Amino acid sequence: MKLLKLVPDDTNIGFIKWRNIAFGISIVLLLASILLLATRGLNYGVDFIGGQMIRTTFVDEKAAPVQELREQVGSLGFGEPTIQRFGAENQVSIRMKLPDGADKKPELANIMTQKIIAKVKEEHPKVRIDGVDSVSGKVSSELFSKGLFALIAAALGVAMYIWIRFEWQFGIGAIWALIHDTTLTLGLFSLTQMEFDLNTIAAMLTIIGYSLNDTIVIYDRIRENMMKYRKMAMPALLDLSVNETLSRTVMTSLTILTPLVVLVLFGPDVIFGFSVAMAFGIFVGSYSSVYQAAPFLIWFGVKSDSFVPDEKVADAKVERIIEGKV
Amino acid sequence: MLDFPRWRVWMLNALILASLLLAIPSFLPKATLEAIPSFVPKETINLGLDLAGGSHILLEADKAQLERDRLENLEDNVRNAMRRADRIAIGDATRSGGKLSFTVTDSSKIDAARKALEPVIAGASGGRDWNMEFTDGNRITLAPAGSGQVTALSQAMDSAKDVIDRRINALGTLEPTIIRQGEDRIVVQVPGLQNPEALKELIGKTAKLEFKLVDDEADPDETAKGKARVGSQILPYPDNPTGIPQIAVRRLGGISGDKLTGSQQSFDPKTNEPVVNIQFDTEGGQRFARMTQQYTGKMFAIILDGKVISAPQIKEPILGGSSQISGSFTVESAGQLAIALNSGALPVDLKVVEERSVGPDLGADSIRRGLIAAIVGTAGVLMWMLLTYGRFGVYASFALVINVAMILAVMALANATLTLPGIAGFVLTIGAAVDANVLINERIREERRKGRRVIQAVENGYKEASRAIFDANITNVIAAVLLFIFGSGPIRGFAVVLMIGIVTSVFTAVTLTRMWVVGWLKKNRPQDMHI
Repeated sequence: MKLLKLVPDDTNIGFIKWRNIAFGISIVLLLASILLLATRGLNYGVDFIGGQMIRTTFVDEKAAPVQELREQVGSLGFGEPTIQRFGAENQVSIRMKLPDGADKKPELANIMTQKIIAKVKEEHPKVRIDGVDSVSGKVSSELFSKGLFALIAAALGVAMYIWIRFEWQFGIGAIWALIHDTTLTLGLFSLTQMEFDLNTIAAMLTIIGYSLNDTIVIYDRIRENMMKYRKMAMPALLDLSVNETLSRTVMTSLTILTPLVVLVLFGPDVIFGFSVAMAFGIFVGSYSSVYQAAPFLIWFGVKSDSFVPDEKVADAKVERIIEGKV
Repeated sequence: MLDFPRWRVWMLNALILASLLLAIPSFLPKATLEAIPSFVPKETINLGLDLAGGSHILLEADKAQLERDRLENLEDNVRNAMRRADRIAIGDATRSGGKLSFTVTDSSKIDAARKALEPVIAGASGGRDWNMEFTDGNRITLAPAGSGQVTALSQAMDSAKDVIDRRINALGTLEPTIIRQGEDRIVVQVPGLQNPEALKELIGKTAKLEFKLVDDEADPDETAKGKARVGSQILPYPDNPTGIPQIAVRRLGGISGDKLTGSQQSFDPKTNEPVVNIQFDTEGGQRFARMTQQYTGKMFAIILDGKVISAPQIKEPILGGSSQISGSFTVESAGQLAIALNSGALPVDLKVVEERSVGPDLGADSIRRGLIAAIVGTAGVLMWMLLTYGRFGVYASFALVINVAMILAVMALANATLTLPGIAGFVLTIGAAVDANVLINERIREERRKGRRVIQAVENGYKEASRAIFDANITNVIAAVLLFIFGSGPIRGFAVVLMIGIVTSVFTAVTLTRMWVVGWLKKNRPQDMHI
């Protein structure tokens, strides 16, 4: 049987010569993402801003009576609900922000939920309540700050490790790739206004994991080649490293994208946004390893022989050790 | 490279077998599991509420109310202590800013007062619950000592947890998890609960029952305005037959509901309305008898959680130690009150600050579609591996399947819970495992292209790829540990799977495949290979 080769042997694509263009594109995309985040913001779920969301299924009906619901729930005096479809035509979620005075009475979010459920059940006896999320303002701000803190702590911890294992330029390059990937993913969430909740944070973490994995593989090869080819120009060395690992990059990304695409197409509706985010993040993660993390080393002035220990310095150090000064 | 001792092969095979066996129970239906004798390990993975359906309710204590209660209690104790200690008269008692302040009318008795107060302000473990301060010669101020407040809250939360436990158990076959969280919160998780409303109603009810005399000398106009006479207080009374939703009651001389031994929902024999029967303990019964003897003909208010539910007249002394509470009850609400009274009052008001409920249909749909996606997705991954790496792809595929089994086995042993974010963790570890094999196999291909002999190529492949695999996994471990430490619920679910998965995926993707490859090389000594 002939085996599949996604990337032919001896592929030599000049990736790195496009680095400035790629960097330009990335900067534009990053700025666009930041602009989106600043103007449109994220569609935070109740996890992060508090309030309530119920998921309802109108059994025996073709489509959910969205307009009616809007009026009925609106008449309760908590404000305008946001009603969105999830899954089938007859499934909608009803979302409501925290009512006034909820900062003083934390239980108000839950009381509001109870009233909305009672109203919906009264008007539509056949409705099925599939899910309830009701979060008070205090809890939601805790979830938000804890989530953010965990994310930052994890990113910093990992950067420290890369710094220790490689050189500091690599550590910063990896962090840059990380910021790049997460910002673009956030930009996607802002653009599509998909709901941003705790599950999305898990998706972001997965993206960070993949992105780092990818970066490390390429960095490892770069380090290896730096030992082998001390005289090679940096761009050429990076190209060599990227090309050598290209078949792996393609293979791994494809293999992992396969189940994710399946999840997007057939997976549970509740994790649709989550699956989309991961698929997008993996794509961006592969791109950033090649076009952000690797060229970063050039911009930081890393040369092929940068990390070869200078013999004189090394000798001096050995002498000091022998003399017992260290 | 070929050196792979036989005992290691046996050990690894035993480990594979054990994890496969441990993973199986999680897939068996409950009935089958129960039929298996108990000496067989049959721990299963718990599905999180987001997958299996159920309710998660986070309750927060009303700390301000607890402080108020404590202060009120302190005042009662102080007054009692002063009365008993040679009737030391006190005056101008105020409670404000969390402090109780009062004057001793006869300033020569201040030392006696101090002595009498010592046992009142002493804490449980030798320390002090309250600090005493003397000003202006005869004024005493009691301020809460920091530790006293903390212990009081902690004790209140502990007993609140027990009360909730008793109340939910009274509902029957639910399997709740009730955990204290932080200093002032309690998490209640009930899998498979269809309608959390009744549950919330039940656990949110403080169920503090009091009997107090109605102040029949109060001016009705003043009462309607919410103004109370000295020694009285105005309480809400929504069902007041007079139409005024308020009533004045005497502050002191009542009986509290913690003197109960039991309560049941029942029907009034005359009106056939739902009522709640209550039985006092000996002390409560005596006090109730005394109160009803002393005040026959007067009205007393039955107060639940600060609201008057009814204010019947005492027609005759009640000496038997049992009584009946009527009000505008339904059978359901009377039953709930009976359960709440039986389980004792909550020592502190609890508010629902977070609720997450997933209906069983949505949960089941998530699982079904998640499972389909998992199977199709895994098939896709395996297909890529087989098409690309042939024999090595077969090894990688087996390793992947065993990896999944091992993660499930470890989670089952640890009784861990699988949630939606946990599935993300799964995807990440499976990705890492696939990547490890891709790295190794690509490296072997590269080494072969450079013209290395088969064994040499395989050896270099594993050796050179290991570095990147190691680094990638260590970074994941670091991230997982930090997420576990700093993250909240769902993020932790992700971190747990990630931590387990990293260990198992390195084991299966590197160690196991290497064992199989070595076995094949030893047996066939191939001069060429297909990769």
